[in-house]
Amino acid sequence: MVCDIVLTVTHPLTCDAVVIGAGMTGAACALFAARAGLDVTVVDRGPVGGGTTGAGEGNILVSDKEPGPELDLALLSTRLWGELAEEFGQFIQYEAKGGVVVATSPGGLTALERLAVEQRAAGVVAEPVDGDALYGLEPHLAPGLPGAVHYPQDSQVMPALAAAHLLRAAGARLLTDRTVTDVLRTPDGSVLGVRTDRGDIHAPALVNAAGTWGGEIAALAEAHLPVLPRRGFVLVTEPLPRMVHHKVYAADYVADVASDSAALQTSPVVEGTAAGPVLIGASRERVGFDRSFSLPVLRALAAGATRLFPFLAGVRALRSYVGFRPYLPDHLPAIGPDPRVPGLFHACGHEGAGIGLSTGTGHLIAQALTAKTPDLDLTPFRPDRFAEEAA
Amino acid sequence: MTDRPRLAVIGAGPAGLAATVAAAAHGVRVTLIDAAAQAGAQFYRQPAAALRAGRPQALHHDWRTWQRLREALDAHVRAGAVEHLTDHHVWLVERESGRFTVHALLGPEEEDAVAVSADAVVLATGGYEKVLPFPGWTLPGVVTAGGAQAMLKGALVVPGRTAVVAGTGPLLLPVAVGLAAAGVKVAALVESAAPRAFLRRTRALAAQPGKVAEGAGYAARLLRHRVRTLARHTVIEAHGIDRLEAVTVAALDGEGGVRAGTERRIPCDTLAVGHGMLPHTDLAETLGCRLDGLRVHVDGEQRTDVPGVWAAGEATGIGGSALALTEGHIAGRSAAVRLTGGTPDPQEWVAAAKSRTRLGEFAAALDAVYAPPANWSEQVTDDTVVCRCEEVTAGTVREAVAQLGAGDLRTVKLLTRAGMGWCQGRICAPGVVGLAGCELTASRRPFARPVPLGVLAEEHSQSTTRAHTHPTDGGPS
Ligand SMILES: Cc1cc2nc3c(=O)[nH]c(=O)nc-3n(C[C@H](O)[C@H](O)[C@H](O)COP(=O)(O)OP(=O)(O)OC[C@H]3O[C@@H](n4cnc5c(N)ncnc54)[C@H](O)[C@@H]3O)c2cc1C
Ligand SMILES: Cc1cc2nc3c(=O)[nH]c(=O)nc-3n(C[C@H](O)[C@H](O)[C@H](O)COP(=O)(O)OP(=O)(O)OC[C@H]3O[C@@H](n4cnc5c(N)ncnc54)[C@H](O)[C@@H]3O)c2cc1C
Repeated sequence: MVCDIVLTVTHPLTCDAVVIGAGMTGAACALFAARAGLDVTVVDRGPVGGGTTGAGEGNILVSDKEPGPELDLALLSTRLWGELAEEFGQFIQYEAKGGVVVATSPGGLTALERLAVEQRAAGVVAEPVDGDALYGLEPHLAPGLPGAVHYPQDSQVMPALAAAHLLRAAGARLLTDRTVTDVLRTPDGSVLGVRTDRGDIHAPALVNAAGTWGGEIAALAEAHLPVLPRRGFVLVTEPLPRMVHHKVYAADYVADVASDSAALQTSPVVEGTAAGPVLIGASRERVGFDRSFSLPVLRALAAGATRLFPFLAGVRALRSYVGFRPYLPDHLPAIGPDPRVPGLFHACGHEGAGIGLSTGTGHLIAQALTAKTPDLDLTPFRPDRFAEEAA
Repeated sequence: MTDRPRLAVIGAGPAGLAATVAAAAHGVRVTLIDAAAQAGAQFYRQPAAALRAGRPQALHHDWRTWQRLREALDAHVRAGAVEHLTDHHVWLVERESGRFTVHALLGPEEEDAVAVSADAVVLATGGYEKVLPFPGWTLPGVVTAGGAQAMLKGALVVPGRTAVVAGTGPLLLPVAVGLAAAGVKVAALVESAAPRAFLRRTRALAAQPGKVAEGAGYAARLLRHRVRTLARHTVIEAHGIDRLEAVTVAALDGEGGVRAGTERRIPCDTLAVGHGMLPHTDLAETLGCRLDGLRVHVDGEQRTDVPGVWAAGEATGIGGSALALTEGHIAGRSAAVRLTGGTPDPQEWVAAAKSRTRLGEFAAALDAVYAPPANWSEQVTDDTVVCRCEEVTAGTVREAVAQLGAGDLRTVKLLTRAGMGWCQGRICAPGVVGLAGCELTASRRPFARPVPLGVLAEEHSQSTTRAHTHPTDGGPS
């Protein structure tokens, strides 16, 4: 629903909760909050999905996560995505195609299988696949690979469509092209609403789902939240008949001799889409908000993809796009109430997993907004966990 | 002693040829790179040599200018000052530490990779045709105006027996005349603007007697070939089962809507349609050059805001071949002086600069005259395919706007896939924005041509020894 309400300062719009950000996270927060009975308004300075949501991919992965709070959130989110898919899966291109993580050396396979054991203990379905079976799953993989692990729970959506349809299903008031310029607070410091470039909106609760710009919103409420951009490029090929059936990426474990630890290195995810193009993504760099094209990065993506699927060497890349993942120093999102500002809730900083983790995030935020005990312990996601740097 | 500096000129149309000849005459080495098999681009497109056309000049005007440029180019090539690379499709220009690498794909299959190094580049990539959708526009037999002309000039093929030329813009005139001269029956030239009334009034046009005479010349030739011009008319539908059989045209009212009751059917087997041109800016955008709206921003010397990058011709705004020539000339002169360490004195090309101003004003005046009907999108039925590559209909675009809150080109593309296919929105974007009621914005296309992943990957392995400033790794998401 697109509302065209003319707001004036004298008659501020009032609702139960204002969500800042019409990306995937904001859309999921709006949907779960509305279904919990709240009257929700979503504000975005651009269009729906105009931030990182429209500039990334839609992998919903459990395969790439080690046991811990992020995996727990991923498992909750995966279940919720499955439920939502029954309502409108076809509109958001939901596909439960599964992931295949390939080892490129016998040593790598051992390490990969060890991770799979731990993931299974945490509730992940992770099935070891030997060499022969691997080529049954993905016939066009490079020859001679020792084996893989199959993760049937990995799935995907088309992010911009998912955000648009979740927002529509939420029935929330959607105010696009409207920038939040301040957080309004009562004398005791709790949230009263937001000021936008086109009028005030009053609400006792504010959800910061501003993604990579979440730190700026927190700062408007004088709260410290160090969200930073991490650039990523994705390569898109010409449309093809289905040649790649799962989400496929290689996991190599590079033994660091000095520290005796095994650092995980992955190649880009290669996947065929229902629409035909193969997506290859994504790179990771910390270069601020620099949009400029980087040929070396795209070469690295292409090299990674063609090593896995040699046939791709003859397939053309039509375009590439760039986005900025919102990351926090410990690579976990900020989810839940901010103890420093009563009424302020954060739902941002999901880095390279914000599409997948959005449903769990929205669900937990709705529980927090309605004072229910959250399904997951929010302690690891506490927004005030980062010490303010000494000036 | 170091080598003489090298300038890469991309595009061998009027702008690129003029830049090449001017730069070579002033002491720099030039690599002229173009996707076509021969120099000349659209305007001077040569009948394929093998066809040995007896009088190619009958299909061209300004044949003398073309011959002079061609001779100068040949002389510089013979003298070793210019290297002319044909069949080179440039997919990217890379700028690294102030030097340039032009990455191209070779041959008609665009498979083999070539890289050309240069100290500076002139982007003379021209423009491409704008076509707005209407019911039936995807039928075989419906071609772009430029496509019809290219067939005529290049291969001397007569595209059909009865043609209608439609749309808007000055380019429709030479196309209609060319078709008629080649023996095609041109049943009508359907122009949505009313150019004559404006032509009489506009000052900038009065200052261009040559150009007006050129227009009058076309008018006389249209008359001679008995081509009737339907001004303030538009094609509202193309009919046919397997291919084009007829079009329905109608008169326009003062508001740009179709005047009820004026529809009439014209049988034809070819419809050449065009609604003007748009600048090719992909290479410039990826280099980080500033755009003014849809065109590359340049200063008085035709320099972009990226050091070492010049731009000339239609890439910097649509203005016709004469304007492209003067801009190319200035770009070539400026680049030559700057590459040899000097500072150019604009007095040296004052005459060219003056005609650039005059021709620019003329182009702006034409631009104000020729426009598609204001309400053209009303004629587009919901089932009309607007994005051919992804088969997205007008109804789907309208739904994304009305139901999902899409209000700009990028969001419509994300929600409908319109513009995500092979042509990357080059064809459908003007139609999509019209349907969505938003502005046409430059759509970042990092690759000017689709590039095989093997070519990308291979260059990776070649360049791995180079230190990258930002370490990067791939990752699942
Ligand atoms: C290349 C790439 C690939 C990726 N692949 C995946 C993947 O496969 N799977 C996955 O799960 N994740 C992936 N991600 C990560 C994912 O895209 C993000 O985590 C996710 O989109 C974040 O969504 P969000 O809603 O939190 O932020 P956004 O989508 O950025 O939304 C934030 C919104 O806040 C708005 N906003 C900001 N400031 C203001 C203000 N002052 N006033 C009003 N509005 C404001 C912005 O306009 C924006 O629309 C990828 C990211 C990249 C870059
Ligand atoms: C149908 C039609 C009729 C016309 N009739 C007239 C007329 O009667 N009078 C008039 O004044 N003007 C006319 N024009 C306009 C005239 O053709 C242009 O004004 C003129 O050609 C512009 O010159 P340019 O050098 O800027 O670009 P172009 O002539 O378009 O040259 C650009 C060149 O760049 C090359 N190129 C682009 N991208 C790449 C790449 N990535 N890699 C390699 N090569 C590339 C192209 O192959 C092309 O050869 C007509 C145009 C059309 C389409």
